Amino acid sequence: MDAVRLAWLIPGFPLAGVVILYLGRRFLKEPLSGWIATLMMAGAFVMSVVVYSGLHSLPDENRQVALKGVEWIRAGGFSARFGLLVDPLSVTMVLFVTGVGALIHMYSIGYMHGQERFTRFFTYLNLFAFSMLVLVLGGNYLLLFLGWEGVGLCSYLLVSFWFERPSAARAGKKAFVTNRVGDFGFMLAMFLIFSHLGTLDILSALSSAPQLGRGTATAVALLLYLAAAGKSAQGPLFIWLPDAMEGPTPVSALIHAATMVTAGVYLLVRSHPFLEHGPAAGDVVAWVGAFTAFVAATIALTNFDIKRVLAYSTISQLGYMFLAVGVGAYTAAIFHMVTHAFFKALLFLGAGSVMHGMEDNQDMRVMGGLRKFMPITALTFMVAWLAISGIVPFAGFWSKDEILAATWVGGAGVSAHYFLWFVGAVTALLTAFYMTRQVWMVFYGNERWREKLHHDPHESPKLMTIPLVALGVLSFAGGAINLPKEGFKNLTEWLHAAVPVKPLEVHSFGQGFVLSTIAVILGVIGILAGVRIYNRGLRHGEDPTVVRLGALGRFFDRGWGIDPAISWFVDRPGRAIGDVLARPVDQGLIDGAVNGVAAVFAGLARALRKVQTGFVRNYALTLLSGATVVLFIFLIRGTV
Amino acid sequence: MTNVPGAWYLTVAAVIFCIGAVGLLVRRNALVMFMCVELMLNAVNLTFVTFARMLDDIGGQVFVFFTLVVAAAEVVIGLALIVSIFRRRQGATADDISLLRG
Repeated sequence: MDAVRLAWLIPGFPLAGVVILYLGRRFLKEPLSGWIATLMMAGAFVMSVVVYSGLHSLPDENRQVALKGVEWIRAGGFSARFGLLVDPLSVTMVLFVTGVGALIHMYSIGYMHGQERFTRFFTYLNLFAFSMLVLVLGGNYLLLFLGWEGVGLCSYLLVSFWFERPSAARAGKKAFVTNRVGDFGFMLAMFLIFSHLGTLDILSALSSAPQLGRGTATAVALLLYLAAAGKSAQGPLFIWLPDAMEGPTPVSALIHAATMVTAGVYLLVRSHPFLEHGPAAGDVVAWVGAFTAFVAATIALTNFDIKRVLAYSTISQLGYMFLAVGVGAYTAAIFHMVTHAFFKALLFLGAGSVMHGMEDNQDMRVMGGLRKFMPITALTFMVAWLAISGIVPFAGFWSKDEILAATWVGGAGVSAHYFLWFVGAVTALLTAFYMTRQVWMVFYGNERWREKLHHDPHESPKLMTIPLVALGVLSFAGGAINLPKEGFKNLTEWLHAAVPVKPLEVHSFGQGFVLSTIAVILGVIGILAGVRIYNRGLRHGEDPTVVRLGALGRFFDRGWGIDPAISWFVDRPGRAIGDVLARPVDQGLIDGAVNGVAAVFAGLARALRKVQTGFVRNYALTLLSGATVVLFIFLIRGTV
Repeated sequence: MTNVPGAWYLTVAAVIFCIGAVGLLVRRNALVMFMCVELMLNAVNLTFVTFARMLDDIGGQVFVFFTLVVAAAEVVIGLALIVSIFRRRQGATADDISLLRG
C-alpha cells in the first residue's frame, strides 16, 4: 500500500525535469540537459517498478487503488480532484511509457547532438512524458483530459520543433487541428457522463455505467471513440499522423508510435463498461479499426519515405488494437499496444539511426546495402521487422495472433467477425510485405547512395545503439508477458482487476494452432514475396511494386484520396462560407450599414453648413427675424 | 413742465431701436455697426425707464444699470477686437471677416 502511494512520484519526476530545464535554460547546455531529462525518466521508471511490485503484492480484488489528492474544482454538485487511479491497467501503461520513454530520451541525446534549442527539446520531451503519465494515471475523466490535451500540445510543439521549415510548422498545425475533432468528442462524452451519472470519477462512473440506458451508453462509447480516433489516427482522422513525421525522429518514436497514439486505445479499454453496455459502438470500433489497418497498410506499400512508411504502419497496427477493442478482447489490445511500443519504437529509432548516418536523407530510393555500414542498426531493425511481421517467436507474433484469434472467436456479438478476421489476416500479409520491402530497400540491394552522399554512411554512436539493442531484446522476447498457455497468461491475469471481462479465447488448442499457423504462413508469404522482388535492389530507381500496381499504386500513394476528400468536404464549404461572410455579409451588409449611416449624416451636414455664412450681419438678420417672429406669436396669442 | 404721455417715450424708443437694427444690417463698417448696437441698447434702456415710471416699479430702473454695466464691458471687448482687426488689415469691412463660413 505504501509502495503504491509512491505513484505520485511517477509524473513528479518528469515534472521536476521540466521545471529544472526551464529555470536553467540559460545555463544548461548540451549534453547535460539531455542527461537530466533522461535521469528523470529513469527515475520515473524505477518508481513505476516499485509501484508495480507494491500493487502486485496486493490480492487481486484490492488492486484498484484510488489516491485522492487535493481538490481541483468544486462547483455545486461537481467536484474534481488531482487524484490518481493506480491499477494494473494504468501501471502497465506507466511501465512501458517510462521504460520506452527513458530509452528514447537517451537515444535523443545522441540524435539531437549539435542541434539548436537542445535544452528546449528535452524540456518538451519531459513535459510530454509528464502529460502522458497524467493521462494514464488520472483518477477522473477531467484529469485524464488534462493529460490528453497536454500530450496534444507537446505533440504540436515537437512536430513543429524545426519550425523554420514551413512544412514542419504546417504539420504541427494539422496535427493540432485534426486532434481537436477528437477532443470535441471527448468533451461531449464527459458532459454526457456527468449529466447521467453525476460524477467524472473514473471508478464510480464505470461502476455505475450499467445503470445507463443502451442508447446513452452507446452514445458515450461512440463519443469516446471519436476522441480515441483523433488521438490514435483512426478512420479519416489518420491524416495528421503521416505529416507528423516532420518532427525529429525520436519524437516520432516516442509520441507517434509508442505512447501518445495509443492513448485512444487506453481510453477505450479504461472505459470498457460503456462499450459493454452499448454493443453497437463495439461494431463501429471494430469495423473502422479493421479497415484503417487495411487502408494504411496499402498506403505503406508504395511510399518511399522511410519514416512515412513507418507512420502508415503505426496507423495500421493501431487499427489492429481497435479491432481487438471492438470485439471485446481488451487484454489483447493492451498486449499488442505494449509489444507494438517495443518494436515500433525500435523501427523508428532504427530509421532515425539510418538518417543520422546518411546526412538526414529519408528517401529509401537512395539507400540500399546499408547493413555493412551500420550493423547494429541493421540487426535490431530486422528484429523489429520480424516482430511486426508476426514471425514466431518474436513479440509481435503473440500479440497479433491473440487479436486475430479473438476476432475469429468473435464475442460481444460483433457482426461479420469472420470477415473482419479476413481483413486482419490480409493486412498481416501486407504488413509483412511492406516491411520486407523497407528492410531490403534500406539494408540490402544495390548501394544507390553512392552519387548522392559526400561520405560513406556510418554507424550511430553508442548513445543511440544501446537503446536500439535494449528495444531489440524487448521486441524479441516481449511476447513472454502473455503466452497463450495456462500459467503463462501473465498480462491477462494481471489486467483482470482493471478489466474484469472474460478474455476471448480459442475453443481448443487445435483451433488456436490452425489460426496461428495461418497467420505465420501469411507473414512468411509476405516476407518471401518482398525478398524475391527486392533482392536485386532497385534498377533505374524504379520500384517493382509501384510499377506493377500501376494506377492502383498511385491511388494508394495518394492515401486513397482521403486528404483531398477531407479538403473537399471540410475545407471547401468552410472557404465558401468564409467567402460569403467576408464579401456579401461583412463588406456588403455590415460595412454598408455603417457607411450608410455615415453617408446620411455627411449629406445632411453638407446641406446644413451653407447656413453658416460667416457674415456677422447675416447672423444679426437671423436673430432679428427670429425675435420678430416670437414677438408676433406673443401678439397673436395675446399673452406673454 | 407739461406731462408728456408714456406712449411718446415708447414710440421714440421703438424708432431708435429700428434705426439701430436697420443700421446694423445695412452698414458694413464695423465701427458704425458697433454704434448701431449701442443705439439699440439705449433704446431698450429708454423703454425700461419709461415702464418703470408708468408702472411705478423700481425694478425697470435697476435693470438699466445692469444693461449699462454689460454694455460697458461689451464696448471694451468689442473695441479691442475692432482695433486688433484694423491693425492687421487696412479699412476692412465686417463682411471680409468671414473665416467661420461653413
